[in-house]
Amino acid sequence: MRFTRLAATAAIAVLAMSAAACGGDKADKGSNGDPVAKPSFAAGTKMDTLNKAGKVTIGTKFDQPGFGLKGLDGKPAGFDVEIAKLIAAELGISADKIEWVETPSKVREEVIEQGKVDFVVATYTINDTRKQKIDFAGPYYEAGQALMVRKDDNSITGPDSLKEGSKKVCSVTGSTPAVNIEKYIKDKAAQLVLFDTYDKCRDALKNKQVDAVTTDNVILLGYVARDEASFKLAGDTFTKEPYGIGVKKGDNEFRTFINNTLEKINTDGRYKKAWDATAGKFAPAPTMPAVNRY
Amino acid sequence: MDVLIKYSDQFVSGFWVTFQLCLLSAIGALVVGTAVAVLRISPVPPLRAVGTAYVTVFRNMPLTIVMFFCAFALPTIGVNGNFLKIPLLDQLFRRLGTDLPFFRLAVIALTLYTAAFVCEALRAGINAVPAGQAEAARSLGLTFTQNLRHVVLPQAWKAAIVPLGSVIIAMIKNSALAGFFGVVGDLSSVADRLTGAGGEPIIPVFIGISIGYLIMTIPLGLLLDRIEKRRAVAR
Repeated sequence: MRFTRLAATAAIAVLAMSAAACGGDKADKGSNGDPVAKPSFAAGTKMDTLNKAGKVTIGTKFDQPGFGLKGLDGKPAGFDVEIAKLIAAELGISADKIEWVETPSKVREEVIEQGKVDFVVATYTINDTRKQKIDFAGPYYEAGQALMVRKDDNSITGPDSLKEGSKKVCSVTGSTPAVNIEKYIKDKAAQLVLFDTYDKCRDALKNKQVDAVTTDNVILLGYVARDEASFKLAGDTFTKEPYGIGVKKGDNEFRTFINNTLEKINTDGRYKKAWDATAGKFAPAPTMPAVNRY
Repeated sequence: MDVLIKYSDQFVSGFWVTFQLCLLSAIGALVVGTAVAVLRISPVPPLRAVGTAYVTVFRNMPLTIVMFFCAFALPTIGVNGNFLKIPLLDQLFRRLGTDLPFFRLAVIALTLYTAAFVCEALRAGINAVPAGQAEAARSLGLTFTQNLRHVVLPQAWKAAIVPLGSVIIAMIKNSALAGFFGVVGDLSSVADRLTGAGGEPIIPVFIGISIGYLIMTIPLGLLLDRIEKRRAVAR
């Protein structure tokens, strides 16, 4: 039973893809996020419900430059936002029919479980703890944790430079990078500072209160791009943070649909276009990692 | 509820950091608050003005602003609270001696803010001492300092101890802010870490954190009740 439904979904997804391929030149002319002409989905699926309703609620971050940052016009902008718009487009929903909900790291699983949003695109690292509560489509991007230091500081070459115990590092309270970096630190009380935003970490780095700021490389690249005279990245990334799209646990049809959509937008160039328009301003275009259909 | 057991070590270490922060700030606030109270009742008008100004500023400013000022403005003018790196004491409270100033700055912020309330609680106690006591002491030839030291403050202290206790309990709860101004590993930042990076459900974690604060505040409250009762008998 389950198998046949999956097979049906897959068949419909293929149909939808070919249908969209016909209207491909339309997508090229317009900006990202033009809805697909007339997608049709198997009755009773999440895709069908959303398509019929003509609107979708999407969770993203409002404070991540390059990924999801709320602008003065009140609308979020960034790579995550573009990816979300493309998925909505594949559902036949135009960008102005999307309701954006701010989902900071702490509430992401909850809003998905409670059905307050249809899916979440919010620099959302796929990991096993989270998979117990929700399911992930993607990944659509792979970030990695890195260190940002002052431009003239050559004493830090990577996280191992923190081990001898005198270098101080800053990150954001309750974030995964803040927990990851503890492995490389000798004395938490003397070496680790946590603030509520990365802006405060950047200021502390500039004022020499700390020697490094650590989080995902894309966020740091955003800061380096804005102040190249003061900052640089030290060493390579030392973790892998595959960003996925959070959906309700067990909704395999919707997950498959999003995975198909991601592969499709990668193939037809909309993925790169979305990147170039947003995070591409400070980081070279990535190759999309292979989606993980677990 | 398994969260409480699973991460009990984090809760315990968070409790100790908060406890240290509160203990140091409470001592600081009592000392500074008493000094300000003495200024406010001193016979010299300029000193009274200084005391009044202090209370007006720190009682009316939100604690978040005081914290913000201490954590981010003081370091830029070179104040890192290094005077708190007291030998021996920094062996006992290791965070006092670290290179990172944020624990010391949080102690300073909580001390300055709470001192205003301590001052007012003490002053209420001083006002409760009948004027005849101070007058009698003065007629015996005691100086202002002797008067305070031997006659007024010992009596004022008794009347003030219960409101002072309330001030300290409020301060313990206020200390939760420190976790958001660079102090790593106190109770509130443990909550943030577990619910954020740890992905643990919010309610059980917050129950655990609340227990941490209750361990400090409830015994203090009970102690105050006892002191109050004993004093009632003594009268």
